[in-house]
Amino acid sequence: MKVFRSTLVWPLVALVVLLVFNAVASPGFFHVEWKDGRLFGTVVDIFNQGARVPMLLALGMTLVIATGGVDLSVGSIMAVSGAVAAMQVNAGAPMVQAVGAGLGLATLLGLVNGVLIARVGLQPIIATLVMMVAGRGLAMLLTGSQMVPFANRSLTWLANGSVGGLPVPVVLVLGLAVVTGWVLRRTAAGLFIEATGDNEKASRRAGIQTGGVRFAVYGFSGFCAGLSGVLEAANISAADPARIGDTRELDAIFAVVAGGTALTGGRFSLAGSVVGALLLQTLTLTLYNQNVAPAVAPVPKAVVILAVCLLHSPRLRARFGKRTQPVAA
Amino acid sequence: MNRIFASRLLPLMATGLVLVALFAAAGAGYENFLSARVVLNLFKDRAFLGVVAVGMTFVILSGGIDLSVGAVMAFTTVFLAKVIGGLGWSAPVAMLAAVGIGVGFGMFQGWVIHFFRIPAFLVTLAGMFLARGMAFVVSPRSVEIRSAFYDDLGERGLPLGEGLLLTVGPLVYLVVVAAGMVVAHGTRFGRNVYALGGNEASAALMGLPVGATRVGVYALCGGCAALGGVISTLALSSGDPTRGTGLELDAIAAAVIGGTVLTGGRGWVFGTFLGVLILGTIKTILDFDGSLDPAWLRIASGGLLLGFILLQKLIARRSVS
Repeated sequence: MKVFRSTLVWPLVALVVLLVFNAVASPGFFHVEWKDGRLFGTVVDIFNQGARVPMLLALGMTLVIATGGVDLSVGSIMAVSGAVAAMQVNAGAPMVQAVGAGLGLATLLGLVNGVLIARVGLQPIIATLVMMVAGRGLAMLLTGSQMVPFANRSLTWLANGSVGGLPVPVVLVLGLAVVTGWVLRRTAAGLFIEATGDNEKASRRAGIQTGGVRFAVYGFSGFCAGLSGVLEAANISAADPARIGDTRELDAIFAVVAGGTALTGGRFSLAGSVVGALLLQTLTLTLYNQNVAPAVAPVPKAVVILAVCLLHSPRLRARFGKRTQPVAA
Repeated sequence: MNRIFASRLLPLMATGLVLVALFAAAGAGYENFLSARVVLNLFKDRAFLGVVAVGMTFVILSGGIDLSVGAVMAFTTVFLAKVIGGLGWSAPVAMLAAVGIGVGFGMFQGWVIHFFRIPAFLVTLAGMFLARGMAFVVSPRSVEIRSAFYDDLGERGLPLGEGLLLTVGPLVYLVVVAAGMVVAHGTRFGRNVYALGGNEASAALMGLPVGATRVGVYALCGGCAALGGVISTLALSSGDPTRGTGLELDAIAAAVIGGTVLTGGRGWVFGTFLGVLILGTIKTILDFDGSLDPAWLRIASGGLLLGFILLQKLIARRSVS
């Protein structure tokens, strides 16, 4: 049964179970229609909202976790980039410049994480926890803790427009995922990331610039968070420094871990993270459909993520399974 | 001079120095800053953080981390508001139950961390969302606590003369700090915590109860977080599911600023006490000034934490070479 050894199977099974539940519980769930030159429907929404935040954050987080680290600052970086983009268009800057400024600052903050971890040698949890708090402070400071509404068609289009019938975020994020996966697997970069996470010392002895690898993945994670923050702001035509990205770091970790990337690092599966993000978004929507208050939604999410980690834990595996090694997809 | 730099107490001295310097600078910059009332208010205002930070110190000393403390505190406040106001429990029973829930929650987290070997940050991050979500289940918005016991407790305290009163909250805080120092430096449990944080493998080889110590540490931290919640309801007479957001970082920052090393095994409960006072002083300065954006508090505590971690790195490097 080779199929069951792929890490992709379990998140897919969970996703199918959730979808079947929804199909039964809420009629019209799979209804998709073509209107005004684009697709509409619940499934499209799942892809759209899933792409905008969890999938995008999970892309960066996958690589960070693969190096054996974690990035808790993604939510705060989202708030910063959303605020910067909103303030830029309000100051009269064109959309491309506004998005560029947001993404640039977000990438810079990610690289600061990278320096603190790779150069200074801080634990990833601590460095990114500092960034999580200071970044949120920065977003509040930039905006004076006020919501920044804006009216800019082309920026709003980024989140609400469509390309070839599909929502722009879906095209954008799936495109980024495919390109990232292609680059990492076609070049040695993916191998370097896995080697760094597997055994940093040995990798360094083998001539891999592990410091550079870690620096780069945190920068990339910052970039992804920045893009996500811009899309979040564009979606509602306003940047809310206190709310954008709040508690989203757990969503990203959820998507990555559910997708079969081990928290200990050394292996990653981008496809798994994409499925994990869809799983998370479907779960969120299911809870919403079942009238669970949004503030309460983290409870079942936390339970699922703990359950997934327990399934991954060596102790349980040793007791119940014959498999000793997780198999990379 | 070399003896001072070689001393293990250097981080503690640096912390004390920063505190004195901050206070002196604030006293020079703002009128009426150097008064007993300001100091007393600082203690009153930061008592809940101080209690939570003592628990966090033990977790960090053991080489772990607990990100759930703010959420546990929030849960405690709405739990108290609900059972006292809604169900009519007597306040002391409710408080005991709340602390018991905190201890139980911490024990569970410690057990999962130890038994399943899942990283502490992940378990407690999930715990943070669990507790925060449960707080919203109990009550989606802030609830006032009306209770004769609370009113009575609010007027009691230790008179300090000149009409100043050390109320119950800060009093509990000081007791917890003292108890924490005794436990850390004077009991078998405390020595086990230091040993576990110093090197888990050697601690296990020496036959120390690694599992029990770890579970105990998280139980202690959960209990302290709940006690912090109780104190915060004393000060504010209300429960709020959003209270304590970002508290985990403040508690970690207080411990690290006080000289506790994040990799575990080294640090002092007394240092954490000083760390809480430093953070409190910064907040008091921001309150005093009034013109500064409150967002600076987040940036300042993040920056200060970073500064002290770098200082520790420097000291560690010096002592190696």
